[in-house]
Amino acid sequence: MVKNSKSSYGWAAIVLHWLMVVGVFFSFGLGLYMVELTYYDTWYRGSLELHKSLGLVLLFVWLIRVAWRLSNESPAMAGTVIEKKAAHTVHTLLYLLMLALMITGYLISTADGRSIEVFSLIEIPAMTSISFENQEDIAGDVHWVIAWSLMLMVALHALAAIKHQLVNKDGTLTKMIRPKAD
Amino acid sequence: MKKTFLTAVTASAIALSSLFSVSAQAADYQIDTKGAHAFVQFKIQHLGYSWLLGRFNTFEGDFSYDQAAPEKSEIEIVIETASIDSNHAERDKHLKGSDFLDVKKFPKAVFKSTGFEVKDDNNAVVTGTFMLHGVKKTISFPVQKIGEGKDPWGGYRAGFEGKTTLKLADYGITYNLGPASANVEIHLYVEGIRK
Repeated sequence: MVKNSKSSYGWAAIVLHWLMVVGVFFSFGLGLYMVELTYYDTWYRGSLELHKSLGLVLLFVWLIRVAWRLSNESPAMAGTVIEKKAAHTVHTLLYLLMLALMITGYLISTADGRSIEVFSLIEIPAMTSISFENQEDIAGDVHWVIAWSLMLMVALHALAAIKHQLVNKDGTLTKMIRPKAD
Repeated sequence: MKKTFLTAVTASAIALSSLFSVSAQAADYQIDTKGAHAFVQFKIQHLGYSWLLGRFNTFEGDFSYDQAAPEKSEIEIVIETASIDSNHAERDKHLKGSDFLDVKKFPKAVFKSTGFEVKDDNNAVVTGTFMLHGVKKTISFPVQKIGEGKDPWGGYRAGFEGKTTLKLADYGITYNLGPASANVEIHLYVEGIRK
């Protein structure tokens, strides 16, 4: 029940999936909100600290999730060959976009060699050996584009799952809600 | 006959070379940004409790200055706004963005002098147009000559400093940094190498 089976995801994959849903949506909203805050807003600094901390925690969760996914079987996909191919492509893109989003965020804040504090608990150092010219600007622009691309992919992914659940009635969504015994 | 010709050639050669040396005497200087003997610094209050300092790393310029006729002095300096450096990447990113310098839209800040009012041997007031954030304004500020003379490597140098205070809102930069931070001081230190 913790591990995936042929017909359903296990608890580990389900919890990891929904943790990231919450984390990614919250970070996205926070990111849009915090850049609109002005200098004298109480949360001007705190919002950014939280965004950075959360991003690095999500990177950690991402690593665990990818490791779990690669070391575990995945339940069979419903749908036509093309649908399966599309679903697989979107899944891969979701993983890659999330990784790129976290990396570009990290590159903004570490552009000057500063480390990032994760909830004031641990410090993630900058990788000064990979720094480049105008790093914070380029990484910032890319971070923005990737964030919106990820949201687009998320929408596609969610709509497809809902369509399969409601139109095809093939249990695509429930697979990711509760494990099913084989 | 031959001798006369030679004399003529020599004479004109001397005349010509002196003509060249006269033009070399023209007091045109290139600001030594290559050797980083020039600085565009800024200073602004933080919350009214302390100062924040930064600089523009990339700029170039020329000036002309002749001790014999200082009132004819001119200076032009072009600053790459994206080169702002306050020693903090996140802040620099914000300063380069649309809340402040908007460097994508306004990549250059330019000062071009229109007048030079001599006060004494080393002091003058320079007037000119300053374009920042797409806004052009006429400003005047005092400049001081620090010194001039031969350098140890065969060149000739002259150096000046100047300081002015700009109201950010005058240049359309209206982001609220608090009442103590409405103005920014610009400190200019330039050393020119005579061309």
